[in-house]
Amino acid sequence: MADRTRPSAEGERRLERQIGNLLRSGVSLAAAVVLIGGIVYLARHGGSPPHYQRFYEQSSDLHTVTGILGDTCSGSSRGTIQLGILLLIATPVMRVLLLAIGFAWQRDTTYVLLSLVVLGVLLYSLLGGS
Amino acid sequence: MNTLEMTLLIWAGSCLAGFVGALTGLGGGIVIVPLLTLAFHFDIRYAIGASLVSVIATSSGAAAAYVKEGYANMRLGILLEIATTAGAVGGAAAAAYLASDTVAVTFGLVLLFSAYFSGRRRRPKPEASQPDRLATLLRLDADYPANGHRAAYHVRGVPGGFGVMFIAGAISGLLGIGSGALKVLAMDQIMRIPFKVSTTTSNFMIGVTAAASAGVYLNRGYVAPGLAMPVVLGVLPGALLGTRLLPKAETRWLRILFAMVLVFLAVEMIYNGLSGSVGEP
Repeated sequence: MADRTRPSAEGERRLERQIGNLLRSGVSLAAAVVLIGGIVYLARHGGSPPHYQRFYEQSSDLHTVTGILGDTCSGSSRGTIQLGILLLIATPVMRVLLLAIGFAWQRDTTYVLLSLVVLGVLLYSLLGGS
Repeated sequence: MNTLEMTLLIWAGSCLAGFVGALTGLGGGIVIVPLLTLAFHFDIRYAIGASLVSVIATSSGAAAAYVKEGYANMRLGILLEIATTAGAVGGAAAAAYLASDTVAVTFGLVLLFSAYFSGRRRRPKPEASQPDRLATLLRLDADYPANGHRAAYHVRGVPGGFGVMFIAGAISGLLGIGSGALKVLAMDQIMRIPFKVSTTTSNFMIGVTAAASAGVYLNRGYVAPGLAMPVVLGVLPGALLGTRLLPKAETRWLRILFAMVLVFLAVEMIYNGLSGSVGEP
């Protein structure tokens, strides 16, 4: 046995690299969806003046996951951008989930529990936050 | 100004926001909110929504690179995230009893004070300090890349850091702003861990904190697609550039940049507090 104080340093590094790769794919996918939606959005509305000085209730489709999915399928550029934003919001959630799995793999019960608490709070406020 | 021109301007501002946010661990909100409210005169609710998106983009964009480099201390991040989350719940509950303007001015003054401390070069080397019992028990000690090798460091002051993280969460729940500044300060000044580890671990945490409130903001219609689009597309390359620079950047310069951003944030907070435009109208 080499270093008893840090037995899993190499495994930890590898795990971190895998999390990094997954995060990168998630972020790239989110950016690509936002970019596609953005190009269509600008092609359609690029010439009109912006209207954010006053707060309007947007069409409520853009407020919920199902509404955004429906809008995207019907070719709405705003819906497509929101879908990309949803994918982006999902990346930190994915990250905590992957950490929990990683800690479980290292048999680190304390941190599995702590990650699951954070994940639980995240999911509760994301899904039950209406 | 038409939508195309606005999009390009916000995109450019977001590049800067991502760059500074990734390097300092403060997220991109400090650039996005004043840009949208003071320069464009947009409604604060749209600015808050765009800021939230920018924080998640900075966090995840930087994370993809930082995790690979092995700077961020994930155990510490998860542990402190519990304190932040609990604090955010407490802050939201306390919001009914506290004047948020007063909180903003107080917070601004605290930040000015902290800017002075964090701008100073630090006394003892964190690598040289003695192990702390609680930190050892929680397996918080780790190592990070420094000068081509991995330098080990000890974490100290776990209860104090945990307490400040609770306050950081409460303030973000109260004022609706990212609490990156207090997170970095707690790790840097109280837990005495290397500065680059503090900023990158904060980067991880602010993304999780922001994602937790994303559902509410999305539901209330704060996230406008036309604004979120240039913010995401600008922040991501900015954050990536910041992460490329981090390994080469000298800690001394990072501290100065951090202190400068703190002063900027402090002035913004005090101004908002005095003009009575804090949080949601």
